[in-house]
Order: sequence, then C-alpha cells, then structure tokens
Amino acid sequence: MGDQERGKLNVHSYSAELQSRLERGAPGDLVVHDPGPLYKHKLADDIFNLCRANSLWPMTFGLACCAIEMMSLGMARFDISRFGSEVFRPSPRQSDLMIVAGTVNKKMASAVMTLYDQMPSPKWVIAMGNCAISGGPFAVEENYNVIEGVDKLIPVDVYVPGCPPRPEGLLEGILKLQEKISGVRHPFPQRKISDAPSY
Amino acid sequence: MPPELLRMIIAAVLVVAFVFLNAMILGYMERKVSAHIQRRPGLMEVGPHGVLQLIVDGLKLIGKQLVVPEGSNKFLFRLAPVLSFAPCVLPFVVLPFARKLQIVSMDISLIFILAMTSINVIAILVAGWASNNKYSLFGTFRSVAQAVSYEIPMLLSILSIILITSTFSLQGIIAAQKYYWFILIQPLAFIIYFISGLAETNRAPFDMPEAESELTAGFHTEYSGMGFSFFFLAEYANMFTVCSIATVLFLGGWKGIPLPLGDYTGIFWFMLKVYGLLFVMIWVRWTYPRVRFDQLMTFCWKYLIPFSLANLLITAVLVKLI
Repeated sequence: MGDQERGKLNVHSYSAELQSRLERGAPGDLVVHDPGPLYKHKLADDIFNLCRANSLWPMTFGLACCAIEMMSLGMARFDISRFGSEVFRPSPRQSDLMIVAGTVNKKMASAVMTLYDQMPSPKWVIAMGNCAISGGPFAVEENYNVIEGVDKLIPVDVYVPGCPPRPEGLLEGILKLQEKISGVRHPFPQRKISDAPSY
Repeated sequence: MPPELLRMIIAAVLVVAFVFLNAMILGYMERKVSAHIQRRPGLMEVGPHGVLQLIVDGLKLIGKQLVVPEGSNKFLFRLAPVLSFAPCVLPFVVLPFARKLQIVSMDISLIFILAMTSINVIAILVAGWASNNKYSLFGTFRSVAQAVSYEIPMLLSILSIILITSTFSLQGIIAAQKYYWFILIQPLAFIIYFISGLAETNRAPFDMPEAESELTAGFHTEYSGMGFSFFFLAEYANMFTVCSIATVLFLGGWKGIPLPLGDYTGIFWFMLKVYGLLFVMIWVRWTYPRVRFDQLMTFCWKYLIPFSLANLLITAVLVKLI
C-alpha cells in the first residue's frame, strides 16, 4: 500500500465521539445500509432468532474484577458451554455478545466503543456489575475519570447488578438475553428442578 | 443425460454435503471432547446433549452481517474464503472410502491430494493480505512460513512409503498392505507425518497463526459470518484429508475385519480409523500448550527434516537390498 492510499484511510477519532456520546447519550441503533430481505417471513425470523439466542458467542474482553467472575462462568463449575456460548471469540467480527465486565474509565471508553462498532449486527451488550451499570462505588462527587454507566456510550440490553455479580448472576443475565431475543425462556422446554439431570 | 455426468453431479453433491457434515461432527466432537477433558459437561441444552448446537451456530453465522472493512482489497477479501474452501473439497473426490467407493480413481491421486491441500496456503495469504489488518498479516506470515516448512518432512515421510509400494495410487497403496500395515515397518514416518499434519492444518500445539492471546484470531480476524465459517469448514476438511491420507498410507485404509458386502462396507473401517486419528488430534490440542514460533521452526528444520531424510535413505537402501 502506497503513502497516498494510506492517507486516504479514514481513521475515526473516538475522543470527539466520546464527548458527544457523553453529552447526548448513546446512539439507539447502529445505522446499517441494509436493503432488508427480499421476502420477509415470520417463521424464518423466528427460526433465526431461536438460533441467535442459542449461539451467543461472547467477546474475549474483560475490564476489571467482574471479568474474573466471567472467566469463572466459563470454567468447570458453572460452564457457560451448556448453553452453547463458550466460544469466546477474540475477534469482535465473529462475536455476538459484548459482556462489559467492569469499570469503564475515560481512557478505556474509546476502546469499548471501537470494539462495539466493530461487531457485526445483530449484536447485544450485557452490562455486568455496578460499575458498568452506573459507576458503582465510583459514582461520587470527586469522580473525574470513570464513565458512570456504560449505557452512556453504547446501547445495553441486559443489566446484571452486583459487585461483582456471582457467575450464576451472569448466567441468569445471559438467559434473560436469550429470552429477549427469542421470546421464550431457555433452556427450552423448561424442566422441573426435580427432573434436571445431575451433571 | 449421460450416466457419467449424472455420476459426477451426484458425487459433487455428496462430497459437499459430506464436507459440511464432517465440519459439524468435528465441531461437536471438539467442543464435547474439550469439555470432558476439562471436566465440564460441555454442550447440553440445545438438543439432547447439545447435538443440534452446530446447526444452530451455522444458521446464526448465515444470519450475521458481512463486514468488508474500509481500506481492504474488496475483491480479494471476498475471494479468499471461497479460495480456501473450494480446494479443500477436491481431495474427497479421490479418497478411497472402500474398495468400490471411490469417485475417481487416478494413478496420481496422492499427488493430486497434496497439491490441492497446498492451495490452502495461498488462500490464507490472500485473506491476510487483503484484510489490511496487522493481526491478519502477522498471522499470515506465521501460517505461510509454517506450512511451507512443514510440507518438506511431510512429503519426505510419504516418499518413504512410495519407495516401498512404487505407486501413487491410493488403492494401490492399500493393496500393498496385504499382510501388515505400513505403520509397523515405518513407525518413524508415521510419527513425522502426523506431527507435520498437525502443523499443516494449523492445529495446536502448532496453532501459531490463530494464537488468540497474541494475534486476535490470526488471518481471519476481519472475517465475520459466512466468511469465517468457510475458513472453519476448510480447516476441518483439511484435518479430515490429512487423517485419511495417514489412514491410507499407514493404517491400511479400508481394510479391517471383513464385513458383509465388503466392497462397500469397508467405509466403516475407514471412517473408524480416520475419526480415531481426528480424536487424537483434538486430544493433543486440548492437552499440550502452544509452542513458541522459533521452537516450531527449530523443530521442523533441525529434527523433523534430518530424521525424515535418514528414514528415507534407510528405506531406499533396504528396498534396494530386499
């Protein structure tokens, strides 16, 4: 690639974007140039949504101590892979779910926004922990560098409160997100607790 | 319609269907085996024991937005997944699944397979270069260096079998293993071939091109949706091809305990051996940590190539004497 071509590359400045989002709030939905399907069918949409709900691939992405609980969810005791979402993709292009696990400060905010913008639609966000929801213990008068809630930067689907939430809490958040996507609570059909297999 | 054309169409459909089925089986196997190695239940909730998970994942990937990044070479970026997928299908055409289950029987089928699997390197190069992404480019460098160097011990170990059988036809090689499998007289060649096969398909412990912790996702960092899944399919198809060559050369191909209709049911033994080897590949992946890149190159150039050359020399002398 020559120097001329390199000059043409549009490098987006996120510091200006951060300021505007902090003042005017997160954009609702990303504007995508999508002509839409040629033929829309409700059954097809339902099937796709069911598939999306059951294969949420999260991004490998942790910001603070909540990330430890998120990792714990991937490990043997809690095992997120039962619901098909253990595929933590390192690249935002291949992931569907962003788990904002921890404190978002101003320096990290541009990275979070970049990663969200790099994810292809349809995409979802879980704000995990009090810091990501509202700033948590940092929401005080003297705060100068922590974003008080990641929903000021990017649209959030499910909030999981706690400081940090237990892995079961995050798992419940993911189940809620599945319910939001497909309209039914997963795992579907629901079993009675007495019928649940002993793993 | 002439019968030969009909045969070709049926074969093409079956082969492509089998490539997809193979990726689904292997994807499920990989996730389930990894789960059990780590003492987790693994996929559980989508279908009984999660058997439908890979179908669901595939449909989701079809429904994802395709991102073509700004500043990438648009044409090459779209071409690369297809370039990776198409040559991976072709080796299935000449694979001998059973005595009479082979779509095309060629005298040079082994060379054909090796040529086709080598095209994958070019697809990786195109993908990494066209993405205009530093992680993709580094992944590509590593992948190409690795694939080109490991091709040499792989071919040398295959050559020692060719010296014994003096034919490149896969059926001929299987027929030559009438009394014993070649793994018994060429154990070193088998080990070298299998290690090179692991490196050739970018599997752990040689998965440098896709090292998540350093290179995001390697050469397919920028690919979303179906672009990514084509690379995924190609990887699994390549794994199958490598393992089936190992089966044909060293483990007697479709030979086994005779079954009724042996000319066709040999496919059972063939698949059993191939998936056994694939299981070993997955087992290795989830057991061994990733090697460093200089260790990888040192291992190839200082150990595998000299050993395979020595093996070839000894084989040649013995073949001449006997």
